[in-house]
Amino acid sequence: MKSSTRNPNPNPDTPRFGPSKLMVAFRFLRALTLVHRTAPNSSNAARSRRIQRAAFASMAYSAGPRRAWSRALLWRLHFHRARRLCAGRSRAAGVPRRPSTTRSPADELRRLVPGGTGMDYCSLLEETADYIRCLSEQVKLMQSVVDSGGPRGR
Amino acid sequence: MSYPHAFTPRGLALRRFKPKVLSTSYIALPPSLPHHFEAGRKMSSRRSRISEEEISELVSKLQSLLPEARRRGSGRASAAKLLKETCNYIRKLNREVDDLSNRLSALMATMDSDSAEADIIRSLLRS
Repeated sequence: MKSSTRNPNPNPDTPRFGPSKLMVAFRFLRALTLVHRTAPNSSNAARSRRIQRAAFASMAYSAGPRRAWSRALLWRLHFHRARRLCAGRSRAAGVPRRPSTTRSPADELRRLVPGGTGMDYCSLLEETADYIRCLSEQVKLMQSVVDSGGPRGR
Repeated sequence: MSYPHAFTPRGLALRRFKPKVLSTSYIALPPSLPHHFEAGRKMSSRRSRISEEEISELVSKLQSLLPEARRRGSGRASAAKLLKETCNYIRKLNREVDDLSNRLSALMATMDSDSAEADIIRSLLRS
């Protein structure tokens, strides 16, 4: 893997840069089995949304509360879950959008990285680096699950 | 790496209280007020205290994370381009997560529970 060649520490258990891969994998596995068990007959779209949420949740939980992006991500997940639980309140499209005339690349980055709007430039760069690292590892993890889950009887 | 401004009481208070308020703005609302606040903070003397070296170091670290085959000599100078490429990379990763979760849900539909868990465990132990 790319990260293992760049990281001089080959042991995946020691969290040198961010969360350990084993912890993320464990959480993701648990979430996947939960998704599979609870709603085996739901539609593909709903299940894929749940899987995506599970991926982000496992990423954020493993990163812990010491990172601003994981805090913001966890808050956003809880907020959306609370909003879904007290359903019936349909949040229509009457939400005011930001004016897109003054758009700088830093603002774009702030919108993409969770919790990025409340940071100064240096913290934003640092959080972006950590976020990209964790996100790419999550993608690699999901890719490996899909790859080995495809052909049956392995 | 130490950012002195982040560990002052004011910095800590800001960091503690800001993400809760501004995550909603990340979702929908216009963050007009925090941006003015932030712009004022940037233009104050705190920005000069954070030296350009730290920023360029962070920028180079970010650049090393991006999957770029070509390594431009003066690539660090164009910070705007680097930020744009970072945004594109994050968007691409989000798209990949979406696509992979679609594939995973399709896989889960065809599998029964026992072999699904065994396959997942096997793949995770292998990675």
